[in-house]
Amino acid sequence: MRLAIEHATTYRFSGPIRQGQQRLRLTPVSSAGQSVIAWDIACEGAQIEVGYDDEYTNRVTLVGLTPGTPAVTIRAHGVVETRDESGVTGRHAGYLPLWHFSRDTALTARGTKVAALVGGLENGAARDPLATLHTLTERVRAAVVYAQGHTDVATTAEAALTAGRGVCQDQAHVFIAGARALGIPARYVSGYMLIDGREQQDAGHGWAEGFVDGLGWIGFDVANAICPDDRYVRVACGRDYRDAAPVKSMTYVLPAPTGSAPVGDTLVTTLVVQRLTPA
Amino acid sequence: MTETAYDEMLAPDGTVRPAYDGYRQWLDAQPPGLLKRKGIEAEAFFRRTGITFNVYGAADAEERLIPFDPVPRIITASQWRKLSRGIEQRVRALNAFLHDLYHRQEIVRAGRLPARLLQGNLAYLPQMAGFTPPGGVYTHIVGIDLVRTGEDDFMVLEDNARTPSGVSYMLENRETMMAMFPELFTRVRVREVSDYPRRLARSLAACAPAAFTGDKPTVAVLTPGIYNSAYFEHAFLADQMGAELVEGSDLKVQGGRVAMRTTQGWQPVDVIYRRVDDDYLDPLSFNADSVLGVAGIMDVYRAGGITIANAPGTGISDDKAIYSFMPEIVEFYTGEKPILPNVPTWRCSEADALAYVLDNLADLVVKEVHGSGGYGMLIGPTSSKKEIAAFSAKLRADPANYIAQPTLSLSTVPIFTRAGLAPRHVDLRPFVLVSPQGIDITPGGLTRVALKKGSLVVNSSQGGGTKDSWVLDD
Amino acid sequence: MLGRSANGTFWLFRYLERAENTARLIEAGFRMALTRDSGAASEEWRSVLITLGLHHAYAARHGEDVTGAQVFNFVLRDRDNPASVLAMIETARTNARAVRTGITREVWEAVNESWMKLREILARPVAETRLRDVLDAVRRQAIQVRGAMEGTMLRNENYYFANIGTFAERADNTARILDVKYYVLLPSLAAVGTSLDNVQWENVLRSVAGERAYRWLNAGQMDPRGIASFLILDERFPRSLAFCYAQLLSNLSLLAREYGFETEAHAIQRAGHERLAGLTIEAIFEQGLHQFIGDFLACNHQLAQQIQRDYRFVE
Repeated sequence: MRLAIEHATTYRFSGPIRQGQQRLRLTPVSSAGQSVIAWDIACEGAQIEVGYDDEYTNRVTLVGLTPGTPAVTIRAHGVVETRDESGVTGRHAGYLPLWHFSRDTALTARGTKVAALVGGLENGAARDPLATLHTLTERVRAAVVYAQGHTDVATTAEAALTAGRGVCQDQAHVFIAGARALGIPARYVSGYMLIDGREQQDAGHGWAEGFVDGLGWIGFDVANAICPDDRYVRVACGRDYRDAAPVKSMTYVLPAPTGSAPVGDTLVTTLVVQRLTPA
Repeated sequence: MTETAYDEMLAPDGTVRPAYDGYRQWLDAQPPGLLKRKGIEAEAFFRRTGITFNVYGAADAEERLIPFDPVPRIITASQWRKLSRGIEQRVRALNAFLHDLYHRQEIVRAGRLPARLLQGNLAYLPQMAGFTPPGGVYTHIVGIDLVRTGEDDFMVLEDNARTPSGVSYMLENRETMMAMFPELFTRVRVREVSDYPRRLARSLAACAPAAFTGDKPTVAVLTPGIYNSAYFEHAFLADQMGAELVEGSDLKVQGGRVAMRTTQGWQPVDVIYRRVDDDYLDPLSFNADSVLGVAGIMDVYRAGGITIANAPGTGISDDKAIYSFMPEIVEFYTGEKPILPNVPTWRCSEADALAYVLDNLADLVVKEVHGSGGYGMLIGPTSSKKEIAAFSAKLRADPANYIAQPTLSLSTVPIFTRAGLAPRHVDLRPFVLVSPQGIDITPGGLTRVALKKGSLVVNSSQGGGTKDSWVLDD
Repeated sequence: MLGRSANGTFWLFRYLERAENTARLIEAGFRMALTRDSGAASEEWRSVLITLGLHHAYAARHGEDVTGAQVFNFVLRDRDNPASVLAMIETARTNARAVRTGITREVWEAVNESWMKLREILARPVAETRLRDVLDAVRRQAIQVRGAMEGTMLRNENYYFANIGTFAERADNTARILDVKYYVLLPSLAAVGTSLDNVQWENVLRSVAGERAYRWLNAGQMDPRGIASFLILDERFPRSLAFCYAQLLSNLSLLAREYGFETEAHAIQRAGHERLAGLTIEAIFEQGLHQFIGDFLACNHQLAQQIQRDYRFVE
């Protein structure tokens, strides 16, 4: 399937920027289920400083914000040819050992709620990890019901379980924490997804991958209760959302002119994912 | 302990060992009271120069002065040759080891190093995985702490691959000696150390990143600032190298490079000799609250725009649990037996070793695996029963956090005391420079000496002093 | 050279200069107060505080009670006064440490020794009997640093920024004294020949260490016009505005030559310098002495600001 993606993110700051950088993980690379046909990042209010591959083999772009700018817009767009690999991303690439993906992070730290969630799955995890991960998907889906507005980017897996509600990022974190609790390496994936009948979306998508010997990394999208197929485009991965976040910012803002009402930073995202039909 | 220790100047029968022949002849020909007079002079001299280096605040000005002893510590040319070979072998292995840790970890796959030593180890930086620093150099500057127990028995006590300090004392001690006893240096041929800053500058320049174009790389020393306890050394080295001494606030990412704010605009820096810890280096990658580093420097680094010396993540090799595997590490990467042995070490993570250590705490030195500077350790022979019991509880609670070593009978070298020359225990930290052009060891290093009779603790924070360290010319 | 180092060097020398000038001002105030009744003496000390811009801080600390020992202790060493001479020397030393690689060992040691010595002699309250010794020490330390600087520093950007700091501060200082004491020099109020005026005039000269030079040049004749002319326009006197601006011009030009470019600061400085060079003392009195000094202070401040911007002292 050929997908056209246009993803624009606009940050409006509380005052003119004195100095700032944004680390972007907004470039998909060709892999088992996808071939990148064309991709580009364009900025307003910022300039591209460097590009490189990080420790997860994600393509990273560092941009410097233009001093004095009140806002920055990052536009990532391109075309990706996808194939349905039933969620299998394949062998472990890069130089980070697998154990790295078995260790807790702040967002995926395991507590009593995660332990309860995976209760009884321990034997199955050793015998048939693939089936166990599917069971885990169902349990997470039931324990953290998809609902917007109850969590934010800093919500931990335990907190999402306590809330019982959350978005795809929370469900992925809970899945990752659960898999690790069962001794299965797991990681977070950020990317895009074609939604039938809905070209305009509010935000990018996030899901999880677990590592199964013999198969390699396999994706699990808890929110949609499936393994990613040719509607999915992988952009970046890491131990949790923070490693794979599309944009990580460090900004220093000049004080707003006196007399003006204080405002916080605001963020507006527009995302269009379309299927291109062969001409 | 002192009675049985190897004295580097005097053999047990009272004869002077060959290394000190020239020095003793000179000393014996001096009028009585010279050392005493020079001792007083030295203190005034060192205090005056020391003042320029060590006074940080009003109150602690005095304490900051590290005592200097005017009797040199002398190593013969042939002893040094052997030491150099051993140090070079070890440093070569350290760099190969670091490269491997941040790539395929063959040593772990080969079963020669347990993965658990890396797992959860905060000094292992995932951000370095899959990246090779410019020139393949991880440890541009290394300090190897050596102890001696006999004529030919030198052992490595610690590797300092993170940010070894103290080289300014090595240089100042020599300056002080030459100013006090100029004629001594015409009698005894001692190898030069004063060109260390030039060698350091050359070595760093040889590690310029891919993005460097031109004929002379720009080197800068990154300091946390004037309130850092080693600020003097940072300023001293920058001054001696003719490099800029920069703080995080002087730097930013611009034009794909790390640039410094000069009076004529932003100028790219090619090599940063940083004296800021990994955690503070880049708020985008590590501690987000840090104002001592540069946001985005890790991005520029991975993109080939700057050299960071030492490379982030080298601190993993300073870990004492990893240290205990250094003989295996040296052999794995060089294919040779280690020339310099380790101090025998029990890993408390291993049940047999732990049982032995718990039974013999009163005779052992126990250290935290991530610790440094003599903190968090137990010195069995000088500890009370109560201290040992308390430590034993800590050890049982988290055995993997500790290693233990025998209480070594460190060699002694005389120091000048009111009662004349008296032996005191010493160690030695040679400084090693690594670049693609090779490994360069400055002859000598920093000798630290325990000033208290019988004491084995040489750390300056705990009553240690320093000596000029001589390597004799052939 | 780093912008931060240029900033550190600039302020190192500004503070040293300011500390020295403050000592002179106290010395002149002290001498004046000795010859007056207590009410007039208070007035004299108050004008010292105003010249230093410390009158509000002093009032906050001590209220309306203005007495000599209280004033000079406040100015010299009060921990609650961030602009005390001791605080200035401390700030100077902190700057010197931060620019340690840009100054010579001799300059650093001179600054460090100044700090150690002054810290010691200002550790306890200064009695009137000890004041002269203390003030002498302050002046001597400043001279030692300048000697070390002249004798050992390379004539390059570091040296130019040191001089620019020194002379921007000195011009400001002389102008401030004139700003507070201008009425003493106004011809309309000059009651010719009264001893009081002679004392006032001499005091103005003394506060810039110019009394002997002026007498020597003018065969002992004191007149307000001559004094104003001496302090503003005489390029031979190292604390006159004209001298300071000639030095600023020279150091800024050398800096431009080293860097190969001029900045906006050069335009401001040149305009200021030309204004001074083209003026006569008659023209100054005609436009109004107070007005002239006010304009000069504003221009000097603007120049310092522009230098800090042009050479990226801070981001």
